[in-house]
Amino acid sequence: MKEKELNKIKEYKYGFSTDIETIKAPKGLNEEVIKFISKTKKEPKWLLEWRLKAYKRLKILKEPNWQKPKYPKIDYQSLYYYSAPKSFTEKPKSLDDLDPKLLETYKKLGIPLQEQQRLNGIAVDAVFDSVSVATTFKDKLTEKGIIFCSISEAVQKHPNLVKKYLGSVIPITDHYFATLNSAVFTDGSFVYIPKGVRCPMELSTYFRINASQTGQFERTLIIADEGSYVSYLEGCTAPMRDENQLHAANVELIALDDAEIKYSTVQNWYPGDENGKGGIYNFVTKRGACRGKNSKISWTQVETGSAITWKYPSCILQGDNSVGEFYSIAITNNYQKADTGTKMIHLGKNTKSKIISKGISAGNADNTYRGLVDISGKAINARNYTQCDSLLIGNKCGAHTIPYIKNKNPNANIEHEATTSKISEEQLYYCNQRGLNQEEAVSLIVNGFCKEVLQQLPMEFAVEAQKLVGISLEGSVG
Amino acid sequence: MLKINNLKAKIDNKLILNGLNLNIKSGEIHAIMGPNGSGKSTLANVLSGKKGYKISGSVLYEDKDLFKLDIEERAQKGLFLAFQYPLEIPGVNTSNFLKTSLNAIRKSNGKKQLDALEFLKVVKSKAAALKIDEKILNRQLNVGFSGGEKKKNEILQMSLHEPKMAILDETDSGLDIDALKIVADGVNTLRDKKRSFLIITHYQRLLDYIKPDFVHVLMKGKIAKTGCSELANELEKVGYENI
Repeated sequence: MKEKELNKIKEYKYGFSTDIETIKAPKGLNEEVIKFISKTKKEPKWLLEWRLKAYKRLKILKEPNWQKPKYPKIDYQSLYYYSAPKSFTEKPKSLDDLDPKLLETYKKLGIPLQEQQRLNGIAVDAVFDSVSVATTFKDKLTEKGIIFCSISEAVQKHPNLVKKYLGSVIPITDHYFATLNSAVFTDGSFVYIPKGVRCPMELSTYFRINASQTGQFERTLIIADEGSYVSYLEGCTAPMRDENQLHAANVELIALDDAEIKYSTVQNWYPGDENGKGGIYNFVTKRGACRGKNSKISWTQVETGSAITWKYPSCILQGDNSVGEFYSIAITNNYQKADTGTKMIHLGKNTKSKIISKGISAGNADNTYRGLVDISGKAINARNYTQCDSLLIGNKCGAHTIPYIKNKNPNANIEHEATTSKISEEQLYYCNQRGLNQEEAVSLIVNGFCKEVLQQLPMEFAVEAQKLVGISLEGSVG
Repeated sequence: MLKINNLKAKIDNKLILNGLNLNIKSGEIHAIMGPNGSGKSTLANVLSGKKGYKISGSVLYEDKDLFKLDIEERAQKGLFLAFQYPLEIPGVNTSNFLKTSLNAIRKSNGKKQLDALEFLKVVKSKAAALKIDEKILNRQLNVGFSGGEKKKNEILQMSLHEPKMAILDETDSGLDIDALKIVADGVNTLRDKKRSFLIITHYQRLLDYIKPDFVHVLMKGKIAKTGCSELANELEKVGYENI
């Protein structure tokens, strides 16, 4: 392929930044900054106290360091913890009042917010740095009693729900990054699906980091009441910058009796350049509680971006007969690193979990699957199936599988399968001989490798994800 | 179609092809026979563009320098190699692979891409014509295929691509008589004035079903003898030693 063309496609498509006036909290992390955030968001007293309690806890916590990808020490005092477009001092009442620069930004990202151009069948909440800028299809959802709004709005309008569930899956005492998030979280999405309602469309949040030297700490809370169903998707991008930016989100899911939540992520934060400079540190805590009987939570993640991805979307299977699933594709190229997997905590009877993980490593990248299957003494007849496959492209990358299994139950059924393979020169030669160039060949082979996971994605996103899988590996061979 | 002039190829400093000359015109079928290690597969690899060889000499394909083209460009310009050992690609559906590959070739030739339905229609009729069980289309590419199924899959791809120059690298090896007939059918159906074949084989058996215009004996990296199809019979009787 011609060099120019190659450079063009290798470029990170979402790497532009939006020049927009912002209001920032003063630099650094302290009580004043937390009070500033809480005040700016006009939060009730209980939430400020909750944040401060988390901050107090944070001061005695240490950053974990057991993970495989190491990173330089983060100077938490040199970060901004809140950044919002200036026009958001008063939140715009409608899209007509929204800064055109923001509309333009989302249009460029392929997420049009305007009524006439909206994505079909998908309601979007758009989060820009620390604030939610718009939520589409609100009226249609309200008809069914579904609440889909920014978490800031939920704090104002549905305080009882927020108070009841916030921190009920990830307590403020959890671990360093989760606690940091509890102290300084800015915005994110809130979803409540009432009893017996099947959400008629995909709900989606699009996260965009724009400002430099700013961390993004969003908080998402999804509650599926008895017998309800929701499918939710998040997408993420960030401008190309030389510095590493911290993204430490918390996501909590709660499924009550007979409810089902399907949560999909297509993560495409800026991965850094081909020499490993810049990129997002994606240190995220995602946890779902299958609180009710027969409930189900299914995580699907396609992780292609970020300099370091470090996350374990987990399920706490409390309700009897509840089901947890984790489908993951983690792609690392150049100097990217990933340490990701899941935790399946079996507490209820007849609980089932399934883990399908596909790790793909190219260039100088390093990819670790780390997972925990924990079966308690009460989880009679618990079952787990785990399959971890790794695919290597080239000779300088690494793949590791670290499955932890804790079983206190003699009648549990646990299966684990793992494979590691490499795309061979011969396979590429064969594809080339059939008219496919290197990029097409790699994309085809990798998509085949990931198929079981891609099939889990909502249809509208599966095609995009397939393309993304190909693009993230461009330049990895030949 | 293909003019090979004084072709030499080395791998790991070992000379495999040592001044090979061959001229294949449009519409001709050439068979190359030869003992193990005489350079038959190397010739197929070098022509298709496989990396790792040190090459001198020249090959003109449709009067243009073949060595200036990448592997996929050669394929897109109608050069097809049926592999001796077709590769397994786990997870990749055979039908999807065949479609992606055919569309890549069509695209490079400025032809319209076939959508899933159009492709299915084409591939099913080709498979039926060759008496190949279409069930292989729903399986992972070559994964768990028997030797015969792999070779049939190669012939199916050849008939889809309708190449100008097809090279068959010991496609007949290890096949039972029914599979052998499918391979021969594949070639005979495509045989026409504009299309050429280079058939590499160990045995004369395949040539009972495909009548080549020329038979060459490859020895120590060179064409040692050229004849018409009777040469194959003679070889079968006296062996390579006595040529």
